[in-house]
Amino acid sequence: MYPEEFHYTKDHEWVRVDGETGTIGITDHAQKELGDIVYVELPKAGDALRAAEVFGTVESVKAVSEIYAPVSGEVTEVNTRLNEHPELLNSDPHGAAWLIRVRLSDPKEVQKLMSAAEYEAYIGEAGSH
Amino acid sequence: MRYLPNSPRDREEMLRALGRSSIEELFSQIPEEVRFRGRMNLPGPLSEQQILEFFKEAASQSTREYVSMLGAGAYSHFRPAAVDALLSRGEFFTAYTPYQAELAQGTLQAMFEFQTLMAQLTGMEVSNASLYDGSTATTEAVLMALRLTRRNRVIVAKTLHPEYREVMATYVRHMGTEIVEVPYTASGQLEIRALESALNNETAAVVVQSPNFFGTIERFSEIAELTHRSGALLVATVTEPLSLAIIKPPEQADIVCGEAQSFGVPVAYGGPYVGFLATREKYVRQMPGRLVGQTVDTEGRRGFVLTLVTREQHIRREKATSNICTNQSLCALAATIYLCLLGKQGLKALAEHNLAMAHYAAQRLVAAGASIPFSAPCFNEFVVRTPGSAEEVLLELRGEKILGGVNLARFYPELKDHLLVCITETVSKEAVDRMVRVYEGFANRKKAGVAAPHPVGQEKA
Amino acid sequence: MKEHPRHARPHITRDENLIFERSSPGKCGVDLPTPDVPTASAADLLGSEFYRDEIAGFPEVSELEVIRHFTRLSTWNYSVDTGLYPLGSCTMKYNPRINEVVARLEGLATDHPYAPTELTQGCLRVLHDTARCLAEITGMDAVSLQPAAGAQGELSGILMIQACLADRGNPRKYILVPDSAHGTNPASVTTSGYQVRNLKSDSHGCVDLGELELAMTDEVAGLMLTNPNTLGIFEVRIREICELVHRKGGLVYMDGANMNALVGIARPADFGADVMHLNLHKTFTTPHGGGGPGSGPVAVRKFLEPYLPSPIVVKKEDGSYSLDYNRPKSIGRVRAFYGNFGMAVRALAYIAANGSEGLLQTTQDAVLNANYVMRRLQDVYDLPYNEPCMHECVLSDRRQAARGVRTMDIAKRLIDYGFHPYTTAFPLIVPGAMMIEPTESASKEELDEFIEAMRAIAEEVEEDAEFVLKAPYTTRVSRLDEAAAARKPVLRWKP
Repeated sequence: MYPEEFHYTKDHEWVRVDGETGTIGITDHAQKELGDIVYVELPKAGDALRAAEVFGTVESVKAVSEIYAPVSGEVTEVNTRLNEHPELLNSDPHGAAWLIRVRLSDPKEVQKLMSAAEYEAYIGEAGSH
Repeated sequence: MRYLPNSPRDREEMLRALGRSSIEELFSQIPEEVRFRGRMNLPGPLSEQQILEFFKEAASQSTREYVSMLGAGAYSHFRPAAVDALLSRGEFFTAYTPYQAELAQGTLQAMFEFQTLMAQLTGMEVSNASLYDGSTATTEAVLMALRLTRRNRVIVAKTLHPEYREVMATYVRHMGTEIVEVPYTASGQLEIRALESALNNETAAVVVQSPNFFGTIERFSEIAELTHRSGALLVATVTEPLSLAIIKPPEQADIVCGEAQSFGVPVAYGGPYVGFLATREKYVRQMPGRLVGQTVDTEGRRGFVLTLVTREQHIRREKATSNICTNQSLCALAATIYLCLLGKQGLKALAEHNLAMAHYAAQRLVAAGASIPFSAPCFNEFVVRTPGSAEEVLLELRGEKILGGVNLARFYPELKDHLLVCITETVSKEAVDRMVRVYEGFANRKKAGVAAPHPVGQEKA
Repeated sequence: MKEHPRHARPHITRDENLIFERSSPGKCGVDLPTPDVPTASAADLLGSEFYRDEIAGFPEVSELEVIRHFTRLSTWNYSVDTGLYPLGSCTMKYNPRINEVVARLEGLATDHPYAPTELTQGCLRVLHDTARCLAEITGMDAVSLQPAAGAQGELSGILMIQACLADRGNPRKYILVPDSAHGTNPASVTTSGYQVRNLKSDSHGCVDLGELELAMTDEVAGLMLTNPNTLGIFEVRIREICELVHRKGGLVYMDGANMNALVGIARPADFGADVMHLNLHKTFTTPHGGGGPGSGPVAVRKFLEPYLPSPIVVKKEDGSYSLDYNRPKSIGRVRAFYGNFGMAVRALAYIAANGSEGLLQTTQDAVLNANYVMRRLQDVYDLPYNEPCMHECVLSDRRQAARGVRTMDIAKRLIDYGFHPYTTAFPLIVPGAMMIEPTESASKEELDEFIEAMRAIAEEVEEDAEFVLKAPYTTRVSRLDEAAAARKPVLRWKP
């Protein structure tokens, strides 16, 4: 269900590491909680990212959620497709609806995050948010 | 009590269902030391007749017998009968905020029409469904600019309504926002060179009213160019939007906001009024206030909903674009009905009428010995320098049952003996001529070096 | 659909175009008199630089078409005049017609705010008397009618707290806001420059005194409180709460949205509030108007009076009224002119119609109605806090959620029974909240109809949850696509 190669945060973001690059998104659980997503606010390429800090927001009809950086680094790419098609976050949150790519400043940071199994257990607990 | 639909028997039955013997038991959890057991010192209970008597008495101590030439942000215009007839429909005025869209399509469609009309009138791309009034709309526009530019300095024309400037100051004080005022020239317009030197790359917004507090129309091209060159946003405030029917809207502005009370909302001693805010589509997510959007239902029928609600307080809470909850829906509805009644032709004709009346009055006043200190064109308001003390002129005019204008010295100490005179379609030629005779009298006495014959302050019978 | 003794008829479904779609050139809804002054060409007077040729897209219709258009639109609205609105904390009570008559009296509806005060004594008297009545009802010492609505009243109140504490040497940094608070509370705090500190409620949904003790540091300027709270429960330890805050040098702001439970029963000044706002469009029956105008007067204790928005209406020794602008400690203006005068007229008329006795009876009926509804529904809907409620009660969708039906779905199905929904999903501390405030403007018959409807829906959920999920069935439009409206906002008509 949740890709093994991703690392997960308590705030429902995922990050996939490929060498020095990290790809970041929100989890399927997050998009389900939010409902129909209507808008995403993302940083620009070149912006600095600091782990555990807010770097953007995801808006549904009835709620807004902040997105927290799972890792630190510099934003290299932003998924501009989400401007026209925010609904992608509902249909493919782990794939086509990645949010940003970063050049990781410290690839070892991901060790502090959860594995797929740990994340599934985490969201399995009642009332986790 | 006539408003309460429960009978004593109903109350008994409900109490019984609750297993209680008296209503007092329902309040037993309230600690005695905070329980109020007295009688409140309030008027009433009054019958409808008595209520009417009371308010008729209050209404008699008013200026209803006077011709009003007062403007300054609140304008007397004729309200067509259809406006109140429609507003009085209970389905409109006793309806709740349209959060449950299926039960409020009436309000929502009307607000969508309001948004459209205001966007058309202001030359902007989108408008919201109203804010409290012009002063808070202008303030919200400034807050929007601060958010969008992430700067903390605002340049404001000195000819922006003085009370609007006060409201702005109240709202931005805690942010340490610098407010810089730019003066006016002999034409009565913003001093462009002063604006130029005031602008810097810390400026978030430039706020200019047009027609401004003196009634003068501003030139926006150069103001806009200078503003945008320094990366700031141009906020244009309009307190008399009837002017937009024959004056080009400030299309170069980023936000056009102001007061729509002129459109079918009574002057009512200062409120309730209806603020508006219109802007470019790219800023839509930073707009405060309610927005009505068009959509479809499950059958594909067109319908309307409140949209982009995540900007608002009930969702965003401390991160909302504004704390506004209630807007001015019924007043916006009045404006919508009014604008539909007048329409393209009627609004233009009415604006032309206002312009013609004001122009006539100004010309005759000049001939009568007053002077018009500002040279730029005006709409239905203009500044007059009185022949003699403004206070005395006003008092004499009062004797003629005319409220002759707002004494500008109250707001601009440098403009002693200047009156702000507003002539709308509610002022007859006869009233203008009567006013002019008073001015002539003063001018003649001044020439002759004679003191006023009538004891100042005594009204003619 | 299940047969039910009193279910609603389908609503009028006639399609009504936008007014722009009805427009055609050459029509006008007014006939203006010809000016009797020499007409000057506007184009000449203004010059081509300023002159506007036309307002593109503006409608052209006759008076009849305007009347029909808006009359039809109005029939699509539910309203207080139509029936019960059980919305929590909104206090959708009857809007007396005499109020509309007096508000329209010439002299009251037409006076200009800058007319000489000697000539507008009637309007000034109305403002003065309304303020005095509100002070009397709340136990406070001074009132300003300037704030345009509750949120502005809140902002004014917080700014006054700030000014007062600044005068004492330190405005401090935070305001405590209970997690059950209405959204305007934290938004108003932020607008004033303070930061919000959330205060967790206890297991009764009330202020947790232990938490408050910990939270109330010398960096906290005050507590923003609603009493009764948004669950409709009276904070029985209110005196202790206020004393705690005061002891630590803070001030207490009370959100007066729930005053319909307290008028004649308890006065906020008596239980320790320092400043509060009132919602004239709730407790004092000024009409909601489809979303405004409202009015949010702010009431304060004596020591905060100097900070009130300026000007204030004063009664002089000779009995006449005037405006006092000499207010050096005032927080300034929160809006132009004096406030929503038209709403003050209506509120004063309502107060006068009732007198002290009538207002007390009103409160009693409001509380009785809410308790009755709660009692008759608590066996079919979950009651998260089993406490006596005041003017509103909060149930939850917990039992129905087990079948996949949530508060919003039940609310939509309620529409088919001829009622406006209750407040869904608020307060946030109750997941799946159903907040119900019948107000005093509901007869026992209507309450019984409402209760029957809610009970019928609970049965429907058990028998056919799917059916409930697709409600409403009888409205002019079915569920509207809010996601599409937010993704690609269409906010105006275009030709």
